[in-house]
Amino acid sequence: MRRVVITGAGTVNALACDVAATYAAFAEGRCGIGALDVRDLDRLGVQIGGQVRDWDAEARFSRQQITLYDRFTQFTLTAATQAISQSGLQFDGDLGDDSGVVLGTAAGGVNTWDDSYRAVYAEDKNRVHPFVVPRLMNSAAASHVAMQFGLRGPSFSVSTACASSNHAMGLAFQAIRGGGAKVMVTGGSESMLCFGGIKAWEGLRVMSQTACRPFSLNRSGMVQGEGAAVFVFEELDHARARGAEILAEVIGFAMTSDASDIVMPSQEGAARAIRLALRDAKVAPDAVGYINAHGTGTAANDKTECAAIAQVFGAAAERVMISSTKSMHGHLIGGTGAVELLACLMALQQGVIAPTIGYEVADPECPLDVVPNQARQAAVDVVMSNAFAFGGLNAVLVLRKAA
Amino acid sequence: MNMQSQVISVEAQVIAIIAEQAVLDVADVTPGQSLDSLGIDSLGLVETIFAIEEAFDISVPFNANEPSESPFDLGSVASIVAAVEGLIAQKAA
Repeated sequence: MRRVVITGAGTVNALACDVAATYAAFAEGRCGIGALDVRDLDRLGVQIGGQVRDWDAEARFSRQQITLYDRFTQFTLTAATQAISQSGLQFDGDLGDDSGVVLGTAAGGVNTWDDSYRAVYAEDKNRVHPFVVPRLMNSAAASHVAMQFGLRGPSFSVSTACASSNHAMGLAFQAIRGGGAKVMVTGGSESMLCFGGIKAWEGLRVMSQTACRPFSLNRSGMVQGEGAAVFVFEELDHARARGAEILAEVIGFAMTSDASDIVMPSQEGAARAIRLALRDAKVAPDAVGYINAHGTGTAANDKTECAAIAQVFGAAAERVMISSTKSMHGHLIGGTGAVELLACLMALQQGVIAPTIGYEVADPECPLDVVPNQARQAAVDVVMSNAFAFGGLNAVLVLRKAA
Repeated sequence: MNMQSQVISVEAQVIAIIAEQAVLDVADVTPGQSLDSLGIDSLGLVETIFAIEEAFDISVPFNANEPSESPFDLGSVASIVAAVEGLIAQKAA
């Protein structure tokens, strides 16, 4: 089987609009969550989020592009441009045929839905802009990345709620490993921080009004974020032949389904995904130095996730470092696994473990090393990234330090 | 309709919309030209129709699947102006 490496990374999130500054924020343990700036904020019960500030679409895209790009597509294209630029790849000729794009998003162009419903229901307009459909469709970002960079191989979008990006990146990994592509541009994006998007989440009553405190006994729920992260996954031999800088190797992936509940997670489903990902990667639990947790900051997730890790890791669970960077950038829903993979890359590349910030009170049901509040220097060789979505859809990735 | 549109002719407004869509100067859009010759493609056409509907508060009968069946003559800038004037008159009647 072919080996798969990462040769480019890009991001837009509440902490920063590129990878280097996001790493710096992780290392500082900086919080990107703050007061939201959205229309009709006074009618929202939740008024904080990990919002991308001062996003100047006009400075980044032409007027004609903006008519076609929802905010989630704008974030995606910005991150993809950074990643592909770092990889140094040009997709002319045959490479374009052998390269694709697979991106995760839970809800696609939510701002476009929101604006259009507002126009017809609240403002009594009888027409909406003609490009509403091509803007809002979940696959729009994948298509625009393919169009902009000439990626003519396997290309599609994946929507599995909060595991969307991990499923997308797992499928990208499998496509290259199985010989279906040489390069896959992959990751995910979400942009639900608008009135309708926040209102919908309020309904579930799982949102915090103060802060995201994963694994902390005084946790008060999740906080939404927005943004994107995009990576270039490349066949190892192809990357070596052109002398590319390798950021990390992707060595394992597994997905499972709880098949039990539409919102409550299952320890067994999560544990199976973790165990199968380790088996796919051919590594033992004690080889794993860091786990980027799903860590939503909800009671249901945090306890179940810690129990699942303890179940699979056994004694090794006492030594592995686990953190949830959602405490800093918020929960990017379908884009979250992609932004969180950056914490995995930082651990492998720089030997810096991103912390779980906002941690105040130890929770006896989360008795693991959650790297509270301060980043830590630690050399790690293998890392894992968990995503456990609503509806019991689990996706776990395993990465190794570049040789 | 805003104050400005009451003093600017329908023709001038339609030409302004088409020029913006074609990314041309208003002076470069003349009544005899077709949208095709101005470089407006099928997506540009539906955006142009949308802009016309918004500007004049009218509904333009047009289906992209059968453009030749449309009672709205898209043959040239002049025919579009005439069709818009017709729709405005219908609305007023």
